[in-house]
Amino acid sequence: MSSKLKYDVIIVGAGPAGLSAAIVLAKAGVKVIVLERGKFPGSKNVMGGVFYSDCMKDVVDEFPGKAPVERHIIDQRMWILDAHSSVGFNHKNELFNEKPYNCHTVFRAKFDRWLAGEAEKAGALIINNTVVRAPLMENGKVIGVKTDRPQGDVFANCVIASDGVNSLFAKAMGLRKKIKPESVAIAVKEVIGLDENVINDRFNIKGDEGVTIEMTGSYFNGETMAFLYTNKKSVSLGVGMVLKDVLKNKLNPNDLIEQLKKHPSVAPLIEGGETKEFLAHLIPEGGYKEMPKLVGNGVMIAGDSAMMVDAIHREGSNLAITSGKFAAETYLEAAKKGDFSEKSLSLYVTKLQNSFVLKDLKKYKGVPDLLQTNKRLLQQYPKLLNQAAFEMLNVDGVPIKDKEKLIWKSVKKEIGIGHLVKDLFKLWRNMA
Amino acid sequence: MHALVFIKQVPDASQVRVNYETGTLIREGVPAILNPFEAHAVEEAVRLREEYGGKVTVITMGPPQATEALKECLSRGADKAYLLSDRVFAGSDTLATSYALYEGARKVIELEGEVDLFFAGKQAIDGDTAQTGPGIATRFDIPLVTYLMKLDNVDFDKKQALATRLTEFGQETLQVPLPAFFTVEETLNELSHAPLPWLIKAAKTKIEMLSSENVNLDREQCGLRHSPTKVKKAFTPEKRQRGETLTGSVEELSQKTSHILIPFLKKD
Repeated sequence: MSSKLKYDVIIVGAGPAGLSAAIVLAKAGVKVIVLERGKFPGSKNVMGGVFYSDCMKDVVDEFPGKAPVERHIIDQRMWILDAHSSVGFNHKNELFNEKPYNCHTVFRAKFDRWLAGEAEKAGALIINNTVVRAPLMENGKVIGVKTDRPQGDVFANCVIASDGVNSLFAKAMGLRKKIKPESVAIAVKEVIGLDENVINDRFNIKGDEGVTIEMTGSYFNGETMAFLYTNKKSVSLGVGMVLKDVLKNKLNPNDLIEQLKKHPSVAPLIEGGETKEFLAHLIPEGGYKEMPKLVGNGVMIAGDSAMMVDAIHREGSNLAITSGKFAAETYLEAAKKGDFSEKSLSLYVTKLQNSFVLKDLKKYKGVPDLLQTNKRLLQQYPKLLNQAAFEMLNVDGVPIKDKEKLIWKSVKKEIGIGHLVKDLFKLWRNMA
Repeated sequence: MHALVFIKQVPDASQVRVNYETGTLIREGVPAILNPFEAHAVEEAVRLREEYGGKVTVITMGPPQATEALKECLSRGADKAYLLSDRVFAGSDTLATSYALYEGARKVIELEGEVDLFFAGKQAIDGDTAQTGPGIATRFDIPLVTYLMKLDNVDFDKKQALATRLTEFGQETLQVPLPAFFTVEETLNELSHAPLPWLIKAAKTKIEMLSSENVNLDREQCGLRHSPTKVKKAFTPEKRQRGETLTGSVEELSQKTSHILIPFLKKD
């Protein structure tokens, strides 16, 4: 037992990024070990719950197949909440009822466990309950990892670090700066049990169809996003907010969920439900500007560890899976030359740059700053929008023309024409 | 040395809630874990193997999901794991379970060789009966040491060991001839962080399956129909009121307590 533990590739963290890398590598006959700190893959993993299917096509033969998915989403709603009102927009489309489905709600504890099973079937070795403490280095190159277990050093040609938002590995390698409180969000969610038929009636759906509702607005303090997703026999109600705002405004995310439950647009949808689970996690939302260096000698960083989350489109797990896949493909190329240097592995960065992963993250690179610095966007505008909608829809004998004047007056008073023009321009610059 | 450890997968009692209306346990969504006492039983067996050489085998009776608990034992250093799983065992009480495990263990001995030390937890945290281990020992007709706290001077040549057990009145140390059966306390040892190579070996070890197909069973002793234990009534104890905490100096406290106690004293 004293012989050196040697593999072709070590993957740190059994989440979507690490497991998809493991599957692609193991299928190609590469000797791969996945080191997971949790009791089982998925035991420590949380997300809002929407998983986009497209990224799975080169990873598993059939998706969803036997994967534990909840509902496929056919109706996506966006609500802007004020104190006791909401303005909404939705898109429901029969095309979302066609296979392959665009996206599903999933529970990560089940989903990641299933994905780990696929990796094991492909031939990857998954070791749970083991924490990777630091990289093992030789001549400026990563040659393995040090774990928290006795006889715990493992050696490999290459390490794929996919150990999540708090990546010890990326930090220990010096590839990443310290995470700033404005670059991560705290997300908390409650799983509320409801009868399947009740969900179908309340959300106007049938069978396995599902609905997502994204919420923001002046109902909340600071930069807060909320969501309500339908699962088979429950709904997930959650709130995400930038850590900096949590600290600054001394907010308790649990209180925000309680507050959200009381909103007149939300309350009837969850009425009579029983809280089944309470989960919380950090989400790396710093975007493109806060990404770490993605490769080093003998190492690639993937998924949340690399801040690969597109908060605007609530995408993350699909970016993680795509990055894991690219890391695996890059290893296979590098192995042909037997060269695992930073230069050789930079193919990984090129692959990411040529794909939606870095293109999308780059497109929205200014948004996190914009939302942090411009409080009007999530506070004053939502309020005005709700007021305006009320004025236009409430019939009280005041002529429409006068109402328009009234609305315009409050825009000028609350925001000012100069700000309005500037904000619209900034938004267009950052989002278009 | 060959140690055989009997283990059980149990619901994590710290997460089980009680439905106060029906008096039943709400097991839904509660994770299954290795019975904590049996983690210590495996630890002791593995410690002995590291000292004297030999091997550690684990066995459980349960549904297919119980492989998870067996895998944990392998990760803790056990060499081989057997799952005894069959519909005929459904609804077994401790009598039927100890019979099934006895027959399962006999099969393991046939496959893996004679056993020197049998271990199990002192009880399972879901039933708290402490009957299954003694039931197996009795069927084997070997010495039984319950509530094991310490195991010393294990001598495989002289076939004996020094066992210290917890009793209601203190501790007693016994010289025990081997093979013997031990049910263990948590204080027996401290759980160690297993070396990584053990976890790797465990991940590659296949769980061996036992059922009525490969174990010689008398069906007249298996399952619910042959389990004499009947639940007559289940009730929920009333929630006990919290005691009052008194604080103050010794003088104040003695005054306060006497004030409380005096009304309860008999006048004569």
